[in-house]
Amino acid sequence: MSQFLQQIVNGLSLGSIYALIALGYTMVYGIIRLINFAHGDIYMVGAFVGYFAFRAGLPLPLVFFLAMAVPALFGLTIEFFAYRPLRKRNAPRIAALITAIGMSLFLENLGILIFSPDPRPFPRVFTNEPIYFAGGVTISIPQILTLAFTSVLMISLTLFIRFTRTGKAMRAVSQDAEAAQLMGVNIDRIISVTFVIGSALAGAAGVMVGILIPRIEPLMGIMPGLKAFVAAVIGGIGVIPGAMLGGMLMGMAETLVTAFISSTWRDAIAFGLLIVILLIKPSGIFGSSSRTKV
Amino acid sequence: MLTVENLHVYYGAIHAIQGISFSVRQGEIVTLIGANGAGKSTILKTISGLLQPREGKILLEGEEISTLAPHQIVARGISQVPEGRRVFPELSVLENLELGAYQRKGKEHLKELEWVFELFPRLEERKNQPAGTLSGGEQQMLAIGRGLMAKPRLLLLDEPSMGLAPLLVKEIFAIIQEINAAGTTILLVEQNAHMALSIAQTGYVLETGEIVLSGSAAELVRNEEVRKAYLGL
Ligand SMILES: Nc1ncnc2c1ncn2[C@@H]1O[C@H](COP(=O)(O)OP(=O)(O)O)[C@@H](O)[C@H]1O
Ligand SMILES: [Mg+2]
Repeated sequence: MSQFLQQIVNGLSLGSIYALIALGYTMVYGIIRLINFAHGDIYMVGAFVGYFAFRAGLPLPLVFFLAMAVPALFGLTIEFFAYRPLRKRNAPRIAALITAIGMSLFLENLGILIFSPDPRPFPRVFTNEPIYFAGGVTISIPQILTLAFTSVLMISLTLFIRFTRTGKAMRAVSQDAEAAQLMGVNIDRIISVTFVIGSALAGAAGVMVGILIPRIEPLMGIMPGLKAFVAAVIGGIGVIPGAMLGGMLMGMAETLVTAFISSTWRDAIAFGLLIVILLIKPSGIFGSSSRTKV
Repeated sequence: MLTVENLHVYYGAIHAIQGISFSVRQGEIVTLIGANGAGKSTILKTISGLLQPREGKILLEGEEISTLAPHQIVARGISQVPEGRRVFPELSVLENLELGAYQRKGKEHLKELEWVFELFPRLEERKNQPAGTLSGGEQQMLAIGRGLMAKPRLLLLDEPSMGLAPLLVKEIFAIIQEINAAGTTILLVEQNAHMALSIAQTGYVLETGEIVLSGSAAELVRNEEVRKAYLGL
């Protein structure tokens, strides 16, 4: 039992990472119906910014700020130079998708070129020494930090989307972009904001993963990016609470499978989960079929 | 107030609007009537900046607006109530109305909110309900109310009678007159020529992207072709 609870704790902290990345996928999809395949690499950028910021001896809040701000700038720039021109020309969706894949390869290879493909140890900022928690379950400081900061980010995002003027406009655009424009919403601005928020969340996940699993490399975004995408689809793509739940489920499934079945099955489970859930509910857990318009 | 000159709009190779000119004077209700597919919605979308004309001018008080983005056109005082209502189904009635006032600062929009609730008391009763759960008539009221929240000088209405029972259509059209009487100029697009001509001062008849007839609403109601083709008389 305590072994099971232990895996839940581990699963939640891994799930936080997936959930934070999944939020960016789902928000961008909700607004412009694009699977931004470069999103996993934005998370890698966050990890590297965190790496250099820690090595420069910056304090933790500043490290997180930079590791969110720089990826946000990347997201903003990619949207502006790669996706926006296609949108303005009414290019078919497949063109945007191919551009996203191209952007992803570009960032990965740029990372390899600048940082070399070799993994490097992330600075040990916190001891990984387990702290005893109730009933023989342990939790480490990086795990506490991850869970706490993820909660803060998710609560802030939820409040932002629910109550601010920009948040309402984002919801309106995701439900009917044309009608939102008729209300006077500047859709380009909303898209920029969406990329900034999504990329900042992925950047935060990048630093957290560096602290949790102290090892980073330029290709580190591929698998988590793919799993976070799957998590977003499981939760119902375009639905924010869906990405949060989907990410947590994915992290949990992965840790439980590794602990009780075998680690070789770990990745297969991610995709197995997708297939099973989509067979039962094709629009994802929180997705309503009415949203899948066009 | 609004002048459209020699407007040409294309969807790819489809020439949907073929050289249309018309004008709307301050304080009027002007109607564009035409059958399904005539190009009515295309004209309104072009005025609102959702579509770019390939040729021609759209002047608002003499200023060219056809190159502006939709949000800039709203800022100039033109709002559109689109065909099929297009309310935001998962937002509450109140949130829909607030989005209508998206560009307004602070609490400026509270006066319009009060007015909209006066015009449509049912919206106030349902203000916390998701808009998607309203009936068709209530959604039309919400769409019109939402359009008013920006306090437009010119309100574009795209087939507000669509899919509504005759009694409800009467109610909605009475309110359109009330909105006009309160000082908002109206460009009304309709298939329901009978109702549209009954409240408009000026009318234009649109057929496959061209204006084939125009005149005062009273003249058009007496016109033989209009009576046969659009009024079923
Ligand atoms: N998105 C579109 N793509 C291609 N053709 C369109 C599109 N929208 C409308 N059309 C065509 O343009 C013409 C005018 O359409 P529309 O303005 O919607 O007419 P109305 O509002 O009078 O019913 C029709 O022939 C219609 O088929
Ligand atoms: Mg139409």
